[in-house]
Amino acid sequence: MKNWGFKISKPRVLDFDTANLDAYNRLIEKVPSAHRCLMCGACTATCTANLHTTFNFRNCHLMFRRGQFEGLAEELDKCMLCGKCKLVCPRGVNTRAIIYNLRIVLSDLNYKKIEL
Amino acid sequence: MDKKVLIIGGGPAGIETAYSLALQDVKVVMIEKDANVCGNIQNWEKLFPDFKDAEEVRKILSQKLNHPNIEVITNTEIKNLYPQGNLWFAKNDDERIFEANAALLATGFEVFDAKRKEELGYGIYDNVITSADFEKMYKSRKILTAEGRVPQRIAFLNCVGSRDEKVGNHYCSRVCCINAVKQAIEFKELVPDAKAYCFYMDMRMAGQFYEELYRKSQEKYGVTYIRGRTSEAAVTRDNRIQIKAEDTLSALPMKMTVDLLVLMVGIEASAGTTLLSEQNDVLGLYGFAKPLGLYSEDNMTTKPGLFLAGTCKRPLTLPETLADARSAATDIIKYLKTTK
Ligand SMILES: Cc1cc2nc3c(=O)[nH]c(=O)nc-3n(C[C@H](O)[C@H](O)[C@H](O)COP(=O)(O)OP(=O)(O)OC[C@H]3O[C@@H](n4cnc5c(N)ncnc54)[C@H](O)[C@@H]3O)c2cc1C
Ligand code: SF4
Ligand code: SF4
Ligand code: SF4
Repeated sequence: MKNWGFKISKPRVLDFDTANLDAYNRLIEKVPSAHRCLMCGACTATCTANLHTTFNFRNCHLMFRRGQFEGLAEELDKCMLCGKCKLVCPRGVNTRAIIYNLRIVLSDLNYKKIEL
Repeated sequence: MDKKVLIIGGGPAGIETAYSLALQDVKVVMIEKDANVCGNIQNWEKLFPDFKDAEEVRKILSQKLNHPNIEVITNTEIKNLYPQGNLWFAKNDDERIFEANAALLATGFEVFDAKRKEELGYGIYDNVITSADFEKMYKSRKILTAEGRVPQRIAFLNCVGSRDEKVGNHYCSRVCCINAVKQAIEFKELVPDAKAYCFYMDMRMAGQFYEELYRKSQEKYGVTYIRGRTSEAAVTRDNRIQIKAEDTLSALPMKMTVDLLVLMVGIEASAGTTLLSEQNDVLGLYGFAKPLGLYSEDNMTTKPGLFLAGTCKRPLTLPETLADARSAATDIIKYLKTTK
């Protein structure tokens, strides 16, 4: 077959029809306050871990909500579970519990196994 | 009509209701705790969204009080409000008693005390001010740092004391988004070369002409809006203010040093609003007074003869307050006509 120089790349769109949006329910069972997050970013702003790493807690949470799990577990490993983010959250979201439980759910989904 | 109404609070809501009642031949006694009438709008210089001189509005409102059916009593803080039979009584600390056929609560609001958000540095760092302080400075058309310098970079932080579980206020204060737009424009008109930033969680531009003003602030004045809630402020060696936020649209944490930080403080129920509502079992959420219903009963309460107008119920803009006051007058007259 003639090679026209085109190749098929992975679609870049967030596909709400195929993304695993149900995994979020498992997080909500454990941390109901996660629903209240309005993505204001105050948690990320105050987080010490993001000074020296690419870690962005708010964005990790959003990506998980959207069913985008690739690389998330590695990112969440950068959190020190210090809880500073919880102090600034205007919606009283239990941020630390989100991080902890996200690691468990991601592990169950076979994204980076953790031993508990 | 041979009936009298007590109005507690001489702000815009109290004045507008008093005048509407007076026009219908009802006698009014309006009691204000401060030396002057007009309430919180005494502290504003120009009003959003049309930059109307607040002094003009104050003049118009004050003139309405010249109506012969209105008696104004200032420097008198009502501490006690209660019904007895078909009459309403109000008392101050000196046990001076006022009596009437109906009472209106128009005790309004107080601006959020920004010191309660300690992490934003108000009262700690010289160059952190509130939107109310901005209004005071703007009276002389000079917005300056504590050192007397013209700021080259200014930031407005929205939702200070509102939409914040940490201070117990879940609600939106309604006026501060558009006020930030207004003040950013006022600043840019004074210092066209300076940079003005506004940090927001949502820009709430629902009022008439609000969106247009927001658009103009970007198009004509180059105000930059950043979607992210500021987590904290710190002082730099040269007494400037460094703030931290996440620029959520680029998903990057950011920091920015500004010469002046303006906190857009929200609306909270005034002490008088909470006290008098509590005494009459009409206390609603967050210390505001609770109307009987949301629709046609919004000026009434569970107590016959006790009515509500203005920001003692919830955050409202000035035109909304005035409309609400006129609607309260209609209900009061209906009540007076049908009660002995
Ligand atoms: C920073 C800021 C800027 C604003 N700018 C604008 C603007 O540009 N345009 C606009 O449309 N709206 C603006 N508003 C909203 C506007 O100020 C209000 O809508 C208006 O003041 C509400 O009037 P009110 O009579 O309900 O309450 P208030 O203005 O609070 O008046 C209540 C009065 O009751 C008195 N009182 C309280 N308790 C007692 C008591 N126990 N006994 C006797 N008297 C008592 C108080 O002293 C006061 O005089 C702004 C609000 C804020 C916070
Ligand atoms: S501070 Fe709270 S509401 Fe804001 S993004 Fe973080 S978790 Fe969500
Ligand atoms: S708990 Fe984790 S995400 Fe929150 S501030 Fe600490 S390091 Fe950052
Ligand atoms: S009006 Fe704007 S700044 Fe004020 S509380 Fe509502 S969203 Fe926040």
